[in-house]
Amino acid sequence: MPADGTMVAASPQALGGNQVGSLQRFARRRSTIAFLMTLPLLVVIVGLVVYPAAFAIYLSTLNRRMTAFIEGDWLPTGLGNFEILFDSDTFWMVAWQSCFFAITAVILKALIGFWLAHMLHHIPAKGQRKWRGMLLVPWVIPPALSTLGWWWMFDPSYSSINWILSIFAVPSVPWLGEPWWARISVIIVNVWYGAPFFMIMYLAALKSVPEQLYEAAAIDGATSWQRLRYVTLPMMANIISITVLFSLIVTFANYDIVRVLTNGGPRDMTHLFASYAFQVGILSSNIPRGAAVSLFMFPILAVCAFFVLRGVTRRNKEQM
Amino acid sequence: MSATTAHRDMPALYAKAGSLRSERRWALIWAYVSLVIAAIIFLAPPFYMLLTSFKTNAEIADFSLNPWWVRSPTLENYAAILGNPLFIRFFINSVIITACVVALTMVISVLAAFALSRMRFWGSQVLATGVFLTYLVPDTLLFIPLYQIVGGLGLLNSIWGLILVYPTLTVPFCTWIMIGYFASIPKELDEAALIDGATWPQMLLKIFVPVAMPGIIAATIFAFTVSWAAFVYPTAFVTTAEQMPLTIGVVSQLVRGDTFAWGQIMAGALMAALPPVIIYAFLMDYYIAGLTAGATKG
Amino acid sequence: MAQVSLRQVVKSYEGGVQAVKGIDLEIDDHEFVVLVGPSGCGKSTTLRMIAGLEEITAGDVAIGGTVVNDIPPRDRDIAMVFQNYALYPHMSVYDNMAFGLTLRKFPKAEIDRRVKEAARILDITPLLDRKPKALSGGQRQRVAMGRAIVRDPKVFLFDEPLSNLDAKLRVQMRTEIKKVHQTVKTTTVYVTHDQVEAMTLADRVVVMNHGVIEQVGPPQVLYHTPATRFVAGFIGSPAMNFMPARLEEASGALNVRLTDGQVLAVPASRTARYRQHAGRELLFGIRPEHLTDDKTTDKTNVQPISLTPEVIEPMGMETLAHFKLDGAEVSARLDPSTPAEVGVPLALIAHMDQMHLIDPATDKVL
Repeated sequence: MPADGTMVAASPQALGGNQVGSLQRFARRRSTIAFLMTLPLLVVIVGLVVYPAAFAIYLSTLNRRMTAFIEGDWLPTGLGNFEILFDSDTFWMVAWQSCFFAITAVILKALIGFWLAHMLHHIPAKGQRKWRGMLLVPWVIPPALSTLGWWWMFDPSYSSINWILSIFAVPSVPWLGEPWWARISVIIVNVWYGAPFFMIMYLAALKSVPEQLYEAAAIDGATSWQRLRYVTLPMMANIISITVLFSLIVTFANYDIVRVLTNGGPRDMTHLFASYAFQVGILSSNIPRGAAVSLFMFPILAVCAFFVLRGVTRRNKEQM
Repeated sequence: MSATTAHRDMPALYAKAGSLRSERRWALIWAYVSLVIAAIIFLAPPFYMLLTSFKTNAEIADFSLNPWWVRSPTLENYAAILGNPLFIRFFINSVIITACVVALTMVISVLAAFALSRMRFWGSQVLATGVFLTYLVPDTLLFIPLYQIVGGLGLLNSIWGLILVYPTLTVPFCTWIMIGYFASIPKELDEAALIDGATWPQMLLKIFVPVAMPGIIAATIFAFTVSWAAFVYPTAFVTTAEQMPLTIGVVSQLVRGDTFAWGQIMAGALMAALPPVIIYAFLMDYYIAGLTAGATKG
Repeated sequence: MAQVSLRQVVKSYEGGVQAVKGIDLEIDDHEFVVLVGPSGCGKSTTLRMIAGLEEITAGDVAIGGTVVNDIPPRDRDIAMVFQNYALYPHMSVYDNMAFGLTLRKFPKAEIDRRVKEAARILDITPLLDRKPKALSGGQRQRVAMGRAIVRDPKVFLFDEPLSNLDAKLRVQMRTEIKKVHQTVKTTTVYVTHDQVEAMTLADRVVVMNHGVIEQVGPPQVLYHTPATRFVAGFIGSPAMNFMPARLEEASGALNVRLTDGQVLAVPASRTARYRQHAGRELLFGIRPEHLTDDKTTDKTNVQPISLTPEVIEPMGMETLAHFKLDGAEVSARLDPSTPAEVGVPLALIAHMDQMHLIDPATDKVL
């Protein structure tokens, strides 16, 4: 410590044994340390996300033998894979299926999750924990494994669900055999798996709305529905948006459930982008075309993300 | 204010509610009914898996019986699974992969989160937003190029290839929530530490980590759960059974030819699902905190 | 008519905790009544029962003659200003104020007229398009009041509205609230823990403690004739001095003998009232403003008293001196020019016509 005992930062010893002399050098050291600490993160992001993404774009321009497309037959810019895909009926069916699946499943999950969160919020706090614990179970089990259970429940001969239906004299459903039922089965499993996530997120959001706002609204004259519409939903808007966005992305890109339940069948009618890309790219050994298929997800998801995040930032600035 | 009488003359536009108490009771009944129905639906599949795992093959194949009950419970399925060296191999692989990935993830995330939330440096805000955006990129978008890259490194068909790649699933989110937790620690703690003479590493280890321990636990649980449940990468990268982790192992290997030994499959699936469920049962609050931290703190 | 009546109102919680233990109160139309008391005395609970935000365990609350126990808040024709303002963050100031009217389907023109009128009264017209986040604490408080005014209810309810403001702003807003009441004249029930607010704003003050009403009355009555020790010590700042003393009778007159031996004569006007308690150990109560230096010319009913200061606080317009009398804390308000020194005995006079005697067994003022 300097003789006059001042603690002004000029004293290096006060900063923990740093033998270097001046304040400037400490500032520089600090940003160097900071940089070093973030380096592993940068390596992961650049090496395992950015670079592969760029590589995917490059890959999609190659042909099956991993060389560039020959001019003449194909567009000189190497968009041959995309041309083939655009011409393929299967591909467009997969695209349509992915959108339908994602939108339907997310809407169902959001509604069920919101409903359950609301119900949980209204029971006394002691019981909430118990119910919350039970209702989150579908999300906790690895989806690939719980889908095995569903697969068994949907089995054409031994379906336990059909057994229950037969008690009510409802005819057996060909869950995985017919295309439309197969699609519905995939949606059912995904909603079963994902609704608890929505429930948990919405419950947290519901709890974060100050009680006094509800009281003020009650005095102002709002019925329960009006309180929901004018207080609850606006205050939850950000969490609703982010959760929906996240779920849209994850649902759209879903692989586990399709692979285990139907493997894309029957006749490719339950394929999503991910499982189709897997089939085309890895199983059929056409990496570049598989890359092209999975790349297709990107623009759609990016557009959704852009609009949602823009709304969230705007609301944050205005209200928080 | 003029016109004080005008308001009072306007008709009441809503019926007077009944007793407050009965309104509240109806809401409660309604709530419990919904929750019970939801609980039945949510817990039915795992319950059914459990039932099946206790059935003999004969009982499974018997059409006439009620599938929702076990007539002669048996442990033979579990014995078969546990006695199957392949299954043990799957389990060990999962453990090794998950342990390495969790350790790796936590080190990377905590260091980066500390730097990004506390040490202002050029580009820190950009990087923090970048982390969030990375989290939005799904694994199925990257698995094909990664297949090429990992193949080029000769790490296909190896658990080390998986260990290399799994952090893409865990690091962004763990970093994101650690940033949130660190940011909520009051700056005065830093300043007190600086005055007391701490270096940055000391601050991190002696102050931030202990104070943000709930967040660290939540992030660790998240990393564990995601690594354990990962399915896309192992399915794409690994084809030899010995290198498979549990998720793809159970799905692809427990099927002999055309006959499915459902009892064993269910037993295997349940045992594979056990570690995350156990962690959830004991550390539920941390588990949930990890999930919600991303959105509410973001 | 907008009177508020509380008849034997009780509030108990699970586990038997009784927050409000059976209170009776009649509030007249246009009256400004303040419920005041320390934390946990039940004043907020009482207010919330009037509002309908808490269920009434027993007893009746009536607004405008109608019993409202089972009527939900929105049908009670009340408006409330919360401590934390409770403004809707996603709505503009205009929409916040119009919300109650919009819900009740008032015509647009009427809503507009009322909102603009309230904004004029509260001086917030330039803020109508802003969102709450962009307002200061005082402005938010005004918007909260505006929201109540536009509803033109039978009763205004205020729940510690000034507690979140800094001292200077508090004084300013206090005056605003009083001005608004003079303009709109709505019956008001106001809750606060600050007795200065109670004294300055109220037509009548209701002092509450531990779930019961200690005393109800206009501020001056509570100041001059408190009914219980609690009220005597609660109203007035700095608080009244309580000194253990003995009431003695000597040749027909009464004296108060303090523990350090000093004797103060009781004025003749009080002798009749206190005679029956002669010989007892009581508490001698006198406010700091009635223990002064010997500058007054009117010597009726004053008695000399000598005390040694421990702490002296010069406040500018007066000096507060603190003494210890055998363990009891005593304060006096002195003229700033009085020479007072720590440790030097000071000659003061006690204005005995403002004295109080408290029975320590019942805590009642005699």
